[in-house]
Amino acid sequence: MEHFALWLAAFLTLGIISFLYKDNAWYKLTEAIFVGLSAGYWFVTLFWDNFYGKFWIGKGEHAYLYVGAFLGLLMLLRLIPKIGWISRWPLSFIVGATSGLWLINYFSSNIMKQVQATIFPLFSSQYGAGFDAGAATVIGNLVIFLGTFTGLVYFFFSKEHKGAFGYTAKVGIWVIMITFGASFGYTVMSRMSLFIGRIDFLLSDWLGMIL
Amino acid sequence: MSTKAKEILAITIIVIFCLIFYIRKVNGGEGILFSSLVAWLVIGAMVLSLVWILILTIRGRLISRRVVFIYVGIALALPLFMPFTQRIPISPEVRALYNSVETLKPGSKVLISFDFDPPSAPELQPMAESFIRLCFERDLKVIIMGLWPQGPQQANMALEKVLSDEKMKVKNLQYGEDYVNLGFQTGNEFVIQRMGSSFESMFPTDYRGTAYDSLPLVRNVKNFSNIDYSFNLSAGFPGSVEWVQIAVDRYGVQLGLGNTAVQAPQMYTYLNAGQITGILGGMNGGAEFEFLCKYKGKATKFMLSQSFAHMIVIAFIIIGNVAFFLGGRKSALKKS
Repeated sequence: MEHFALWLAAFLTLGIISFLYKDNAWYKLTEAIFVGLSAGYWFVTLFWDNFYGKFWIGKGEHAYLYVGAFLGLLMLLRLIPKIGWISRWPLSFIVGATSGLWLINYFSSNIMKQVQATIFPLFSSQYGAGFDAGAATVIGNLVIFLGTFTGLVYFFFSKEHKGAFGYTAKVGIWVIMITFGASFGYTVMSRMSLFIGRIDFLLSDWLGMIL
Repeated sequence: MSTKAKEILAITIIVIFCLIFYIRKVNGGEGILFSSLVAWLVIGAMVLSLVWILILTIRGRLISRRVVFIYVGIALALPLFMPFTQRIPISPEVRALYNSVETLKPGSKVLISFDFDPPSAPELQPMAESFIRLCFERDLKVIIMGLWPQGPQQANMALEKVLSDEKMKVKNLQYGEDYVNLGFQTGNEFVIQRMGSSFESMFPTDYRGTAYDSLPLVRNVKNFSNIDYSFNLSAGFPGSVEWVQIAVDRYGVQLGLGNTAVQAPQMYTYLNAGQITGILGGMNGGAEFEFLCKYKGKATKFMLSQSFAHMIVIAFIIIGNVAFFLGGRKSALKKS
C-alpha cells in the first residue's frame, strides 16, 4: 500500500509539472482529480462540522440556531430559478454582518494603528529623548515618513500632478513600485519553496536519491 | 523522428530511470552526495551554459521558455546533492520573535494556530517543527488549534517529528498536560472572536474527542487572558490578518507570525506598528529561526536550492533584458 501511495503521489505531482512542457491530458486528469478532491473534502468537512457538529447537535440547546439554518435554506433557493430572488435575503444578512464586523476591525488595525505608526520622532529613539537615534534608525524613519507622504501625494487626484507636486507624486509612484517589487520577489520565493517541497518529495521520499 | 515519438521516448527513459532508483531505494540503497569537486564542476558548467545563452541572445537567437523552466528545475534539484551549507544572517524580526519566546517563563501557555494545509507545508511545516521544539525545550505548554481543516493534521505531523527526537523523549511529555491539540473549528474569524470570551464554546472537545474539561492543560484556560503567547502559522484567509485584528488589537494577545513568503510583505506593516512581536517570512524566515534554535531542519536544507534558483532567475532577468534592448523590440514597442 505504501508503494502504491508513493507512486500515485509521484504520478500526480509529475502530472501537474508536465504542464510546463505543454497543456496535456495527464495534466488535465491531475487537475480534475485535485479540484474534485478539494470540493469533496470541503463539502464533507463543512457538513460534519457546521451542519451536524453545530446545528444538529446544538439545536435542542440553542433555538436561535434555527434562524441560521433557515437563512441557509433560503440560500439554496438559488437552485430554483423562479424563487431564486429569495436567496438575496440571507446574502444581504451575510454582507451586512460581515461588513459591520470588518469595518471596525480594519479601521482599528489597518488604518488607525498604521497612521499612529507613521507619526514618530524622526531623530529620536523615543518621544522626548532628544537627538539620540543612530544613523540607521534615522534613515529608516525618513524612508517611512517620506515613503508614506509621497505615496499619499500620488493618490491625491484633486490637483494636477505638475511642478513640485508632480515630482513628489513621481517619488510616490517609485515607492509604490519598489513595494510591489519586494512583494513580487517574496511571491517568487514562495513559489520556489513550494516547488522545492515537491522536488524533495520526488527525489527523497519517492526515489531515495537524497541523503 | 516525430514529436509524438520523441515524447514517448522521453517518458520511457524517465520511467526506466525512476524504476531503477526506486528499486535501489527499496533494496536499501543510500542517497547520493556530490563531492566538493563535482559540485563545483556542476556549478561551473551551469555558469558557462548561462554565458553561452547570453551570447546566443546577443546574437539574436532567443531561447524557448522551456529552457528557463529546465534551468530553474535543475537549480532547485542539484543543490540537494551538494555538500555546501549556506550562511544564514539573522534578521531583526526573526530574532525579536525568538527573544519573545525566550522571555516566557517555564510553564507559560502558548497557543499555536495552524492555519494552513499541505500545499503550503514546505514553507510552514519547518517553522512549526522548530517552534514546537523550542517551546518544549523551554518547558512551555503548547495548545494547538486550527482555522483550516487540515491544520491540526499538520500539527500532529509536526508533533510526531518533534516528539520522536531523543532529547524530547527524555522529557516524557504527556498529551493533555504538556500539549494538547484542540482540532479544527469552522467559522473563520468568528472563532477567534468567540475565543475572546470562551475557548470551550469553540472547542468543546479536542482533536481526539476528549471533553475540554477533562484536559488538565486547558481546564483553567477560559479565554485569551489565560494565554501567555500566541503563534500563528498562516497561508491566507483566515489567518494572520484576522489574528492581528481580533486577538491582538481587541484582546491584547502577544502574537508572533509564521507566514508564507507571499503573505509576509503584508505583515511587515503590523510589525512596524508594534502589533506583532516578530515574523518568520517564508522559507528564509524558517531557516533563520532554525539557526537560532540550533536545529538543522528542512528550511536550512532547502535554502541552498532557494538561493541557486534565485541566481538563475536573476541571470534570466539579465538575459531577458539584453534580448529586449538589443533585439530591437524596444524600438518596435515605441513605434507601436
